[in-house]
Amino acid sequence: MPILEIKDLSKNFGGLKAVSSFDLTLEENEIVGLIGPNGAGKTTVFNLITGIFPVSSGSIKFMGQDILGMKPFKITQLGIARTFQNIRLFKQCTVLENVRTIFHPRVKYGLMDSFLHTPRYSAEEERITEKSFELLKTMNLDDRAHLTAANLPYGDQRRLEIARALAGEPKLLLLDEPAAGMNPSEVGTLVEMIRFIRDHFNITILLIEHQMGVVMNVCERLVVLDFGEIIAAGLPEEIRNNQKVLEAYLGKGVVSA
Amino acid sequence: MDMGKKTKMNLGKTAVLLLITLAVYVVMKALLISSILSSYWGLVLDQALITTIGALGLCIIYGFSGQFSLGHAAFYGIGAYAAAFVSKTYGHGSMAWFLLALPVGALTAALVAFLIGLPILRLRSDYLGIATLGFGIIVKVGMDNSNRLLPVLGGATGITGLPQVAGFDIIFLCTVMTVLLTRNFVQSSYGRACTAIRDDEIAADIMGIDTTRYKVLAFVFGCALAGLAGALYVHRYPFLHPSSFDFLKSFDFLLIVVLGGLGSMSGTIITSIAWVFLLEGLRFVLGQQFLEFRGVIYALILVVIILLRPQGIFGGKEVSVMAPPKAIPASGKEGPHADPGN
Repeated sequence: MPILEIKDLSKNFGGLKAVSSFDLTLEENEIVGLIGPNGAGKTTVFNLITGIFPVSSGSIKFMGQDILGMKPFKITQLGIARTFQNIRLFKQCTVLENVRTIFHPRVKYGLMDSFLHTPRYSAEEERITEKSFELLKTMNLDDRAHLTAANLPYGDQRRLEIARALAGEPKLLLLDEPAAGMNPSEVGTLVEMIRFIRDHFNITILLIEHQMGVVMNVCERLVVLDFGEIIAAGLPEEIRNNQKVLEAYLGKGVVSA
Repeated sequence: MDMGKKTKMNLGKTAVLLLITLAVYVVMKALLISSILSSYWGLVLDQALITTIGALGLCIIYGFSGQFSLGHAAFYGIGAYAAAFVSKTYGHGSMAWFLLALPVGALTAALVAFLIGLPILRLRSDYLGIATLGFGIIVKVGMDNSNRLLPVLGGATGITGLPQVAGFDIIFLCTVMTVLLTRNFVQSSYGRACTAIRDDEIAADIMGIDTTRYKVLAFVFGCALAGLAGALYVHRYPFLHPSSFDFLKSFDFLLIVVLGGLGSMSGTIITSIAWVFLLEGLRFVLGQQFLEFRGVIYALILVVIILLRPQGIFGGKEVSVMAPPKAIPASGKEGPHADPGN
């Protein structure tokens, strides 16, 4: 069974077709790239999958279950986690708290345990802290656990968003421009991390990215979007030489000249 | 492995906190008994503690969950009236009925908060402020006309002759309990869910937190504390009047929470007490002749503090005993970075 199955997905904002007739099937353990020029509708696809926008038409199934019309937090609890193009951390909280917070839907103590700090509370808090540190270590952030998230450098904030997303124990991870604003050496580490995450946590990854270094290196399959429609799909080397893709990125005149 | 190490650390902090409160209690009690602190200042002290309870409620709602409420005094008033009703109708000064009136005050405020919170908490920031302000005005008008529903509530003339059964001991005990419950809540997963909503509601939603549920939870808990404060208030001050619960009182709570520093329980507690004593202290310093200057002076203090420290006196930090024990992985060593807190 595919992890994610999107069929004939469309989204209109008034008269603007942000996404139209979008199809995508993700199999388990894949790393797939969603690319396209600015304004092609890539982030809109993420927003539709995670339930931020209502869908105009089409269907989205996650592990066989129809998730259309579900609230964002429910969809996340099913096992889809994401990061944001414009980083959205819990800024005033520490790095560790950012990660610990996401364990909440699966926390094994009730409100009364919280008020009274029962042994059940203590045991569970210890487990959550332990797991959070593991995730921070994976993303090379464990030595910054007690810093305020807002004070982290840009690259660290991006990696913290990934750590936080992983705390939700997702089956599918959506990364929205994870390499944006990173320097070349950080990008190199990021590529390694993305592969490691896929193998270590055994999850499927769909990522939006503009840096071709990342896309060509880490993605096994690419889907190219332009003006809300898929204009090409296939292996990275196929996409690299695809006429339509080159035109979409560079303009028709440039390519034919 | 050091299983249970953190548990011990937290128990340690609780023990220190309780020791400090015990010391404060003994000192205050001694001052009261020896009449070094006159009964007038005893009354001020009790008012400071009651204000602390109510302000901690708003600290949860606004400071930790980011829900801007301008109607906190309404819940303070609802708790006061509910408790007054119980004591006036059934209690007649009996301790048992007083002890029952306290939860009645808190729960009535909580119930009203739940009913009003469900529809209005979907609003954000300023809009929520306007809605809560409106609710506060409705409650005030309701109190002014309460005698039409229940003559015992007195309407615009207020209620007199309430049994004054609340003393320093019970008020102090309620304050300590409130501090502990608030601290425990904030340091739990539920508290973290609320703080996440404060920092970025959309991100919290998309990261799997049922934002509506936790906004309502924080609001109900915070308003219950306001209700408890109100219930104590009517059993300490013989005269209950609707004007004690108008929107100016809501601003009092708001000022305390913002001045103390949003997201700081320590700041809220210290500012509550300082605020009440400052207002009474000015009355003495200025004397009867210059009493009108009080408004100018405390407004000036406000302006100066907010100019110097826009993040509030404590700026989201806690004093050590109120801060959570520093979480460290059981398996590993600590990171090289120093704890930025306190």
